[in-house]
Amino acid sequence: MTVPFLILAAITIAGAVAAMTLRKLVHCALALAVSLVGLAGLYLDLGAQFVGLAQVLVYVGAVVILIVFAILLTRGDEPASPRVGRAVSGVMISACVFGVLVWAVVSGGAAQGTAAPSLAPISDIGHAMMSRYILPLEVVGLLLTAALIGAVVIAMEEKRRTK
Amino acid sequence: MTTQAVDQIFVTIKHWLVLQSPAVIQPAVSVLLSVLPLLIIFPSLFAVTTVLERKGLGRMQNRYGPNRVGPYGFLQPLADGIKALIKEDIVPVGADKLVHFLAPLLLVMTAFLEYAVIPVGRNMVVADMDSALVFFFAAGAAMEVSIFMAGWGSRNKYSMLGAMRAVAQMISYEAPLILSSIAVVMIAGSLSTTTIVERQAGYWGVWPYHWYVFTPWGMAGFVLFMIAATAESNRSPFDLPEGESEIIAGYFTEYSGFKFALFFLGEYLGMFAISGLAVTLFLGGWAAPLSFLTFIPSWIWFFAKLMTLIAGFIWIRGTLPRLRMDQLMNFAWKFMLPMTLVVIFSAGIWRFMPSGIVRWVVCAIPIVLLYWLLGRALMGGRKLEKRTYRFAE
Amino acid sequence: MSPLTGCLLISALLFSVGLGGALSRRSAILVLIGIELMLNAANLNFIAFWRYGPHPEALTGVIFVIFSIAIAAAEAAVGLGLIMAVYRHAKTTDLTRVDSMKG
Repeated sequence: MTVPFLILAAITIAGAVAAMTLRKLVHCALALAVSLVGLAGLYLDLGAQFVGLAQVLVYVGAVVILIVFAILLTRGDEPASPRVGRAVSGVMISACVFGVLVWAVVSGGAAQGTAAPSLAPISDIGHAMMSRYILPLEVVGLLLTAALIGAVVIAMEEKRRTK
Repeated sequence: MTTQAVDQIFVTIKHWLVLQSPAVIQPAVSVLLSVLPLLIIFPSLFAVTTVLERKGLGRMQNRYGPNRVGPYGFLQPLADGIKALIKEDIVPVGADKLVHFLAPLLLVMTAFLEYAVIPVGRNMVVADMDSALVFFFAAGAAMEVSIFMAGWGSRNKYSMLGAMRAVAQMISYEAPLILSSIAVVMIAGSLSTTTIVERQAGYWGVWPYHWYVFTPWGMAGFVLFMIAATAESNRSPFDLPEGESEIIAGYFTEYSGFKFALFFLGEYLGMFAISGLAVTLFLGGWAAPLSFLTFIPSWIWFFAKLMTLIAGFIWIRGTLPRLRMDQLMNFAWKFMLPMTLVVIFSAGIWRFMPSGIVRWVVCAIPIVLLYWLLGRALMGGRKLEKRTYRFAE
Repeated sequence: MSPLTGCLLISALLFSVGLGGALSRRSAILVLIGIELMLNAANLNFIAFWRYGPHPEALTGVIFVIFSIAIAAAEAAVGLGLIMAVYRHAKTTDLTRVDSMKG
C-alpha cells in the first residue's frame, strides 16, 4: 500500500461514485473516463504496463466516446424525479454485496502478498498470445467482427424498414 | 570536440547537472531536466512554424504574409501571444464552466504527454518504455475526449457540430493510423520507439537501406500514415471540424483570449508529435540520411526531418480544397482501411522471404493491385477531366 | 493490510458502486456505465492476483484482462446499438418506461 496506489485508488473510486450519482449524463460519462484512467494508473502501478495503456486506449478512446455519442443521439437526461424506493433498494443491495465481499476478502486466507518484483515484458505477452492463447485470440477477433457487424445492423434497422 | 561529444552534448550536460545536485533530489532533477527542454523547445517551434506557415501560404496565394513585426516578420508570434494574453476571456453564460475550462488544458497536456516517447536524438528520449507506441496512441485518445469536452461545454450548436465532426473523424482515421504503424511493429519486433529506430540503423554504401520507408510496405504505410496524421491533427484538407464557411470555427468557437491560443498550441503540438512519430517509425528517427553526413548531430537530423514533414503539411494546406463529410468518411473506411490491411499482409510476406529484388517485387504486388482495384471501384466509372472555368479564361 | 487485500477491497468497492448505480439509476446508458464499472472491478482483481499470485511469469491474469477489455469494447458497442434501437422505438431510454414487449 504505497502513496501513489492510494491516490490512484481514491481517483478511481471518486470517479466511479461521480459517474453513478451525477445528474447530467455527459458528466457521468466524463467521470467514468476519470475513473477508468485512475484504474489504468493502478494497473501501471501494479506493473502491468501494456494492460494499463491498452485500458486508456480502448476505454477512453473508444468506449467513453461511444457512450457520449449515444447520449447525444438519444438526447436523454434522466427525468427530474427519481423514484426514491428504487434508489434506496439499489443502494441497500449493493451495500449488502459490498459487506459480503469485504467479509470474504478479509477472512479468506489466500491474501498473502508475495510482491514478486516482476513487470510483464511486452514481448512475453506477445509470445504468450501467439502460442498458448492463439485460439482465444482468434475467437476474440471473430467476436469483435461479429459485434461490429451486429452493432451496425441493430442501429441501422429502422432505416431499412422505412425504405 | 569530437562529433560524438557534440552529438551527446545535451545528455552529458544533463548528467553533469544531475550529479551536481544533492543526492536526495537527484531523481526529481533528472525528470525535470528531461521534461523542461520539451516544454520550451516545442512551443518555440510552434511559434516559428506559425510564421513560416503564414509566410509560405502567403507566397502560395500571391501575397507577402506577415512581414511587419521584427525582422522579416519573425516577431509576429510574440505580438500574437501578447494579443491573446491581454484579450478578454469570455465564457458563455450557458456554458458548463468546469468542462469549458478544463478542455483546453487537457488538450495541451495530452499533446505534451505524447512527446515523452519520441526519441529526438541518440539517447534523447524522456521515457524509454516497453510499450511506447501504445502510450502514444493512448495519449492521442485522451485528446479526442478533450475536443468533445470543448464542443459540449461551450453549449453552442456550432461547437457541438464541430466536436462531433472532429471526434468522428479522429476515430475513423485512428484505425488506419494504428494499423499502418502495426506493420512497422511487426517487422521491428518491438513497440519501443528507441528499438524501432535502432532497427533502422546501418547503411548500404551511402544509402540508409534499412529505413522502413524504402520498402514497398513501408512506402505505402508511410503515405497512409501521413494522410491519417493529417486527418488526426485536423489539418487541411481534413479540417472540416473547423470549416469556417459552415460552422464558424468548430469546437473552439466559444473560446477567446488565452484559451483560444491554447487550442492553437495544442493542435500544432499534436501535429509535431505525430510527425515526430512518422519520422521515428518510417524515416529512421534521428539517423543521418546519407552515411557521410553522420558527423552532423543526431538531434539536428531529427528536427530537420520533422520540419520537412511540417513543410509538407503546409504545402498540402495551400494546395488542396476541403473535403466533404461523406467523402471524408468514405475515404477512411473504403480506401484507407483496406489499404492498411494489405500493407500489414505485405509486411508479413516481407518478414518471411529472403532479401533480394524478388522480395521487393512480391511485396509490392498486392499493394499496387489493391490500389488499382480500389481506385477503379471507388471511382465508379466516373471520368475525371480538366476543369474548365467559363468566365475565368 | 497486505497489498493484495488492498487491491481486492478497492475492487470490491468499485464493484459495489457500479452495482448500486446499475440498480438504482433509470437511464439505460447509466446502467451500461455501471456494468462497465463492475467489469473493470473484475479486471483489477485479475491484475492483482497475477501480481501477487504464486506464478506471475505465467501471465494468465494479464492475458485474461486483455481479452476482457476487447470483449468489453464489443459489449459496449452492441449495448449502445441496442439502446439506440430501443430509443428509436420507445422514444426514451428510461428503463422504467420501456416495459412493452409488443411492437
